Amino acid sequence: MANQDSQSTPPKDKSAFGIFMHELARGSLIVPILAIITGLLLGGLIVAVTTDQVYTAWSRSPLEAIGVGINAALRSYSALFNGAIGNPERIADALASGEAAALRRAFNPFFESLIKSVPYIFAGLAVALGFRAGLFNIGAEGQLFMGAVASVYVGFAVKGLPAIIHLPLALGAGALGGAIWGFIPGWLKAKTGGHEVINTIMMNYIAFRLSEYLLRGPLQRPDTTNPISPFIETTAQLPRFFESPIRFHLGFFIALAAAYGVYWLLFKTRLGFELRTVGANPNAARYAGMNILVITVLAMSLSGALAGMAGANEVLGVNYTLAPAFSSGYGFDSIALALIGRSHPVGVVLAALLFGTLRNGALQMQIAANVPVDIISVMQALILAFIAAPAIIRTIYRLRAPQQQEDGLHVRGWGG
Amino acid sequence: MPPVLELKTITKRFPGVLANDRIDLSLERGEIHALLGENGAGKTTLMNILYGLYQPDEGEIFINGRQVQIHSPTDAINAGIGMVHQHFMLIPVFTVTENVMLGSESLKMGGILDRRAATERIRQISSAYGLEVDPDDYVRDLPVGVQQRVEIIKLLYREADILILDEPTAVLTPQEADELFKIMHSLTERGKSIIFITHKLREVLDIADRITVIRRGKVVGSTTPKQANQSKLAAMMVGREVDLSVHKRAFTPGADVLTVQNLKVGDDRGQIAVDDVSFTVRAGEVLGIAGVQGNGQTELVEALTGLRPALDGSVRLLNEDVTRANPRRITELGTAHIPEDRQRDGLVLSFPVADNLVLNTYYQRPFSKGAVLQQATIAKVAEERVNSFDIRTPSVDTSAASLSGGNQQKVIVARELSRPVKLVVASQPTRGLDVGSIEYIHGRLIESRDNGGAVLLVSSELDEIMQLSDRIAVIYRGKIVDVLSAQDASKEKVGLLMAGVVRTATAKKASLGVKPKPKAKASSKTKTSAKKAAQKKKPSRAAKTTRRRKDS
Repeated sequence: MANQDSQSTPPKDKSAFGIFMHELARGSLIVPILAIITGLLLGGLIVAVTTDQVYTAWSRSPLEAIGVGINAALRSYSALFNGAIGNPERIADALASGEAAALRRAFNPFFESLIKSVPYIFAGLAVALGFRAGLFNIGAEGQLFMGAVASVYVGFAVKGLPAIIHLPLALGAGALGGAIWGFIPGWLKAKTGGHEVINTIMMNYIAFRLSEYLLRGPLQRPDTTNPISPFIETTAQLPRFFESPIRFHLGFFIALAAAYGVYWLLFKTRLGFELRTVGANPNAARYAGMNILVITVLAMSLSGALAGMAGANEVLGVNYTLAPAFSSGYGFDSIALALIGRSHPVGVVLAALLFGTLRNGALQMQIAANVPVDIISVMQALILAFIAAPAIIRTIYRLRAPQQQEDGLHVRGWGG
Repeated sequence: MPPVLELKTITKRFPGVLANDRIDLSLERGEIHALLGENGAGKTTLMNILYGLYQPDEGEIFINGRQVQIHSPTDAINAGIGMVHQHFMLIPVFTVTENVMLGSESLKMGGILDRRAATERIRQISSAYGLEVDPDDYVRDLPVGVQQRVEIIKLLYREADILILDEPTAVLTPQEADELFKIMHSLTERGKSIIFITHKLREVLDIADRITVIRRGKVVGSTTPKQANQSKLAAMMVGREVDLSVHKRAFTPGADVLTVQNLKVGDDRGQIAVDDVSFTVRAGEVLGIAGVQGNGQTELVEALTGLRPALDGSVRLLNEDVTRANPRRITELGTAHIPEDRQRDGLVLSFPVADNLVLNTYYQRPFSKGAVLQQATIAKVAEERVNSFDIRTPSVDTSAASLSGGNQQKVIVARELSRPVKLVVASQPTRGLDVGSIEYIHGRLIESRDNGGAVLLVSSELDEIMQLSDRIAVIYRGKIVDVLSAQDASKEKVGLLMAGVVRTATAKKASLGVKPKPKAKASSKTKTSAKKAAQKKKPSRAAKTTRRRKDS
């Protein structure tokens, strides 16, 4: 793709990262980045004002109260850092001792963050792909559940296959389960005009209840009354790279490959061109002779398949079994995530890493600094609100409004 | 006596653009002053400054010799300045009175609307200035020309002395435009002053007392209709000599390319929009379809290009029945389609120019191999087309949204006409474009004709139809009321046909037994003059088209 003879401003480096850096330089990424920083700052403020000691200190002197508040915020963020990346002291000690088990324990938080990012990457790509095609896939969570159900079933019920066949089969089942759950609202939209937002929400409910029913019935572990599936065969497990406690598994690289795959599909292929055209201007797509119905159904199915992969990865890589609470709302968070990532695969991966890291660190923050996990949800909400309303960020940081509308995200209104 | 309005050295900068560069303009009492310029020349910026929507960076505004500061439209209205926007600001489900009152309601007993007083004043204004309108009519039932009168009444109701009319004739039939000109004269006779913004040269010469031409934010000259002529004005506008006449080879029609028989098409609301239409377009000929916007042209073109199903009848392209063909099939048979609304249908604005240049051929070799797009080839071909069609763009990777209207249209023309084409369907191909682009696109259409292509030109610009067509079909309320050869067609004749006044013998016969539409019945209830009835057309559809354009 190298074409050095032109000096025009648009990106000549047409690689995924080249386009992403071009968007960064053009300023369309400044808003998300500032939104994240502002969210973190406001999160600190909320930590400060919800700390009891601040109020007891206030009665003595306001200055002291401010000091206590800043302290509390710093303490919780350092706990967040320790939980998400690793405690620097422990890492230094472990490096000094050179003991393998200590090293693994010291670096575990970092790898745990990467593991947490995997479902975010898949589900974020699912939503982003939908956005690019002008579809609001609210159903990633349900598709994720159906993906998990399908892959756990193939994981424990199919026996005697070598891993090289069993694992891809289980992953494929997960993708297929999600794809079916995406296909149905896609088909309803194409055939009847039923809006995908409504239908994917409905499909979510069906998926939740259906998986609950299955876990109490056909998929239930024989020796228990809890709604939990049997463990999958070891041949269906995603291989891990390190010994316990590090659970880092192959799924992370599959997720990165999927991100590249989505990028390639969207920007390098005929189907991607059609998908983006339908998303950006369905009238022009019709004019250009594209079959909007087929493309809509295809986009929803692909989106569902990606979300299904998110569920499959949790089951095959982390839990090895399926229980109703296995997803902490990955599918819903991924809507926010796709927005932050500007519906671009590279942006989605970066935003997923951020979300995974925050989620992972939040737990440590609760234990070490006694700050509730929910503060992370509030922060995520703030970040999203700032991105959804860029005018706020522009006003705070006195940025100039863009000359033309920002592209990258093309979602039609609710009237669709 | 000082001029009613004087603008002195008005300057307005936008980032990277000098939109108005030390513009001087004066308006005398009772004068019609035409402001002429291409799109993007700075006319609208100047008027928005005058109307308080923008603040000038430099310069002064004087009204009746007194300097004023205009910070908002309210200031402008208080200073006696009123503006009729190109897109009307009326609420369709309100009556004329309610629309006029809106924003300056007369009240009685502290909070109750005094409709009667308002109605009375509207009647006075309407009879004083010859603005025929019934205050109790709902705006949605009024034809566009009458809606425009309501806008003017709104200004007079607020006692405006200076009226700004922004492209007022763009939506009118020639007859409606003549009506408007009469009204403008009666306004100026009673001491009102008018700034008339337009890019139509003929109108300027007909109506203006003085003409000021703006180019690239600067006043390039002032003149009067007596001293000027069309080509002189065009040259001032564009900055070079413009050839307004169209040169084409002698008319030697060939075989039938497009044959339409008894075509019936419904509109979005399920009403018949194209009613039993038949015509043919032959190789080497331009068939112009003349008609006021909203008389079924949109639906006709959509049916011909596969975007809208036909209810009845048939469409044949060369030797194939394409009545039920999809757009891709019709394109592949050699049809070029320049759509009516280029931003809605013809382009994906957020996509680069290169992608837009292959929007309907992207799947063919050499632009795709298998499932993979050949981006290097697309870029290379795009470069060639940008050069050969003179598309002004920083690069082929620039998004179509950042191009001017004229260049956007050239992207579409380049895409459609660089394929081997047997039929060109051009719908409003020069709407809203500058003189230079119009000249260019007309040239390309005629080139297609001269090379043996069949051209179907749908336009509500009568001048355009008259200049390009070999034959002219007039569409009125979904029916072709007559087909004239170019020699037989005079502007007056076509204009009357467009307004539905004259009906030829054949058309009369065809319309026998057709029940009048419910809407026509509703209009006959109101005590309209025959003339008004003649101007009556489907208002809601016209309003819809306007809305849609505003959206884009």
